Amino acid sequence: MALLEVEHLDVRFPLRHGEIRAVRDVSFALDRGERLGIVGESGAGKSVLAFSLLRLLSRPGRIVRGQVRFEGRELTQLSDRQLRRVRGNRVAMIFQDPLTTLNPVLTIGQQMIESLKAHRRISSRRARSVALHKLRQVQISSPEQRLAQYPHQLSGGLCQRVVIAIALLLDPDIIIADEPTTALDVTIQAEIIALLKQLCEKHNVSLIVISHDLGVIGRLTQRLLVMYAGRIVEQGPTREIINDAQHPYTQGLINALPQMALPRQPLAQIPGTMPSLSQVPGGCAFHPRCRYRFTPQGLPRQDCRERIPEAVASGESRVACHWVRELIATLPIEEETT
Amino acid sequence: MTPADSLQALGRAADAATPLLKVQDLSKRFALHPERLLPWRFDKRARAWRRQRIHAVNGVDLEIQRGDALCVVGESGCGKSTLARLIMGLLTPSGGEVHYDGQRVDRLKASQWRPYRRRLQMIFQNPYASLNPRLTVRQALEEPIRLHHADWPRARVRDRADALMADVGIDLGWGERFAHEFSGGQRQRIAIARALSVDPEFVIADEPVSALDLSVQAQILNLLMDAQAERRLTYLFITHDLAVVEHFATRVAVMYLGTICELADADSLFTRPRHPYTRALLAASPRLQDGHAPPLRLNGEASMPVEPPDGCVFRARCPHANSRCQRERPLPRALPGGQRVACHAVEEGRI
Repeated sequence: MALLEVEHLDVRFPLRHGEIRAVRDVSFALDRGERLGIVGESGAGKSVLAFSLLRLLSRPGRIVRGQVRFEGRELTQLSDRQLRRVRGNRVAMIFQDPLTTLNPVLTIGQQMIESLKAHRRISSRRARSVALHKLRQVQISSPEQRLAQYPHQLSGGLCQRVVIAIALLLDPDIIIADEPTTALDVTIQAEIIALLKQLCEKHNVSLIVISHDLGVIGRLTQRLLVMYAGRIVEQGPTREIINDAQHPYTQGLINALPQMALPRQPLAQIPGTMPSLSQVPGGCAFHPRCRYRFTPQGLPRQDCRERIPEAVASGESRVACHWVRELIATLPIEEETT
Repeated sequence: MTPADSLQALGRAADAATPLLKVQDLSKRFALHPERLLPWRFDKRARAWRRQRIHAVNGVDLEIQRGDALCVVGESGCGKSTLARLIMGLLTPSGGEVHYDGQRVDRLKASQWRPYRRRLQMIFQNPYASLNPRLTVRQALEEPIRLHHADWPRARVRDRADALMADVGIDLGWGERFAHEFSGGQRQRIAIARALSVDPEFVIADEPVSALDLSVQAQILNLLMDAQAERRLTYLFITHDLAVVEHFATRVAVMYLGTICELADADSLFTRPRHPYTRALLAASPRLQDGHAPPLRLNGEASMPVEPPDGCVFRARCPHANSRCQRERPLPRALPGGQRVACHAVEEGRI
């Protein structure tokens, strides 16, 4: 059984001028020790998806439909009190900007001991030694000294290490990291990626990383979800998707990277922009920007405009695209002959 | 003859071999803690009270030839934006000179700057902040044209604005809308159109694509490259994203704590980086392909360049630093390949 199972999750924000459907019919599973990436442009619903797993949605957002099962337990039905035992304790979160995550008026030590004591019956002295141990795990030098310091006295990279140490305090099963390296410099970013990877491998912790940066996702994760306008358009092994993307949107995203074109040559661009989540086009949400919305005969493909594509298996990935489905249906399957 | 016309005549007369922009020993210092009651510190060596200052830009030498796309790359706080603002005359340098097309421009008054404003334009990172929210797109585009061509009839200004909107891919029907009605990528298009409205020859772009999504970033980069080809622009392009640099630049300057540590052609910088900081930066930038070398781990993080550091600014994080690096500040030296590298270890042949 997978550690975390999400099925047909639907999150909506009813607003005065219409409803925003931020997450639409999302299903995926996360195994113990697996590192999963969620990639997409801003406004694709990646952060809302991550927040809704722990019901951390801000008003008026709510889960309309679907299940989130953690070790087989349904999280959407738990009371707040029961849920608090899961949050922080079993599932921890890391946010984008370490300086806003940490409390500026408490020392690092106070914050770490506070969160330990909120979840465990533990003496202050014992909590302190646990905190020291976690700081050492994230390779912070002279941890005793850091415990007495305030967040503003530390650099951005050190702060993010402290945030990771706090996330590790209660030995969680899952860490959800929302753009963990976006606010950091390139050299520091590489160190944080290496650290997260090593910690997850060593302690068999699962990781969900949200990022818009395919380079970060490619280095850090094993499996990947690609989101567009609230839906998962493609999911599968990270390497397979990066090397051989199936969905036209994923292809466009990867081909738009500057390193995919020769220097000084035009980049392959996806025309247009992603629709706002309050006015997603009918049928496949990507179809107005898609290269393959026409049949080989040059006619507009009816399905793309009218029907929401179902995910079909292609290799080890699952792709939600009418064009890919047609291709698979018409092509002979090569795997069976070899 | 207007001052602008005389300047253009001068520009034509100038030797074609002179660089369009020349920066000599440029530096900018900012007071640290200006709000503090006692911003001074006792300097033991000089036995005097000193005001603490940040050396945001420290002795930068740079030349940009016509048609170049020079990318300045570095981590946050390395002084790359300060350098851009110094060149644009938005900040007054604490020392050094800026020559634009053979003329010294760093000590000009605002009124003397005006003819140059037509030739130098800037694009900023955040199009949400750089466009006036109370102007429609058309007003925003026509304002600089009117300012610099006061004698043009209204129809000509209008035609020019229409042509610009078509050039950068803004629908003509959107002219009466306000900036807040557009997405980030479209706003950046408007900002680019505004910069191009006065037909500049030199454009400084400060992180123009960093705030944009990936698919939109490609559109804007293409637009900037097209504009360069059509209008023969020269770019100073500031970014922290090495993938963008590799794609866009003809020449690259790598900055660290206010100094340029390596200046080279884009090809040679990416195939044979020489300065240890450039190497670390290249190794650290995430790429899609597998099988590259593991990132070079540096010690610590970039500090703030408070008070003139003795020796090399990078020495605290450099794996090759020795006692000479502690003492003596490395000067940029030209290598046989044409790169200019400020590093003792490279100079001595240690790396």
